[in-house]
Amino acid sequence: MTVAWGSLFVVCLVSLAVGVTIVVLASFALVGLSARQRAAVGGPHDGAPTLSAGAGTAIAGVCLLAIAAIVAYGLSIIIA
Amino acid sequence: MDLSLIVIVVIVTALAFDFTNGFHDTANAMATSIATGALRPKVAVTIAGILNLVGAFLSVEVARTISSGLVDETRISPVVIFAGLVGAILWNLLTWLLGLPSSSSHALFGGLIGATLVAAGTGAVNFGAVLTKVILPAVISPLLAGLVALLGTYLAYRITQRGEDGTVKGGFKVGQIVSASMVALAHGTNDAQKTMGVITLTLITAGVLAPDSGPPFWVVLSAGLAIALGTYIGGWRIIRTLGKRVSEIQTPQGFAAETSAATVILASSHLGFSLSTTQVATGAIFGAGAGRRLASVQWGVAGQMAVAWLLTLPAAAVVGAVAAWVASTGTVGTVVVAIALVASAAGIYAASRRNPITAHNVNDVPAPVPATTNA
Repeated sequence: MTVAWGSLFVVCLVSLAVGVTIVVLASFALVGLSARQRAAVGGPHDGAPTLSAGAGTAIAGVCLLAIAAIVAYGLSIIIA
Repeated sequence: MDLSLIVIVVIVTALAFDFTNGFHDTANAMATSIATGALRPKVAVTIAGILNLVGAFLSVEVARTISSGLVDETRISPVVIFAGLVGAILWNLLTWLLGLPSSSSHALFGGLIGATLVAAGTGAVNFGAVLTKVILPAVISPLLAGLVALLGTYLAYRITQRGEDGTVKGGFKVGQIVSASMVALAHGTNDAQKTMGVITLTLITAGVLAPDSGPPFWVVLSAGLAIALGTYIGGWRIIRTLGKRVSEIQTPQGFAAETSAATVILASSHLGFSLSTTQVATGAIFGAGAGRRLASVQWGVAGQMAVAWLLTLPAAAVVGAVAAWVASTGTVGTVVVAIALVASAAGIYAASRRNPITAHNVNDVPAPVPATTNA
């Protein structure tokens, strides 16, 4: 009886990295999209650099594209 | 094609198991989406049902390695497989009645192991494979999924703190629809195939199919339809447990939990680890509950589930063993087991009607419910 500890470790690492990355990307995309709703994210005096609507949309676009790419790769793994 | 009576009985029983597998596991993909209102209950189960059917056609890799070397296939007969399925179905129905998300795969493995022990002795069961293919993944996968969901949830709340509320909530709702669909699809590719594998194995042991053949088209189609139908009917009792009784789930948590479950399932099946989608999804929901500050997780519910998980394999094995013992006495014995199965299933269904949970009242829980509630 052998346990493939190596592959098991890879599964853990990949799941952790990919799973957390997708959630983080989605969160940033939503913060970016929020900039379209209100000029100053989190209020005018929160000390953070203000995000313009255009920049916010751009960030959201990049993040969502990255997620789409990861999901597409996931689908290709299922189908293959 | 010449099918003997017992082969037909096994095929029907296998499809019945597939059906219970479907409604037992609807919650894996859809519980949090239904709880947060990202999808209306009926819409959610329809999507899950369709994607399970699609998933059944995408790949037949799992079906080829169904028993995963757990039992010696050369030493079992269709009667043994029938007895194993009886054990798996009864355990699935019982845990459904109690609203507990237990693993359908473990029930199937347990039933087969118990039936094989009685019919062919301890030598026909590969206990090493039981440890590496069942017990190890069962311990690691829910913890891993929980950790991913916990980190994801924590970061999602930290990052979106500065976002506009409506956009964030709505965005995660859309995200949940996508992530839940991925889980449903992954479930179809995994679980529908277990039944295909069982039917194919039966056809091989009966000499209808040549050894090493893949599942015929009608097997793929019927198994896919059975699990899709079961998923569509929806195991509302389990959906309520996972969506409402674990923790009050919000959309970012639902998204994090489903993303975590989909990633863990896909990563491990890609690298050849079989695991229980139920345990992964449940671990992820607990992680997501714990990842939001001030969110309360009902750890008592977790305790109930842990007990159900520990019992799943041995309990299904005992029923499978008894069924194998009775069924091996001949045709009369097999008929007795079949009647006992139908009677027990009817009894459990009747018991469930006393406190029905449907698409209409699945979210009506005075949350948070004390973990000690008598269900």
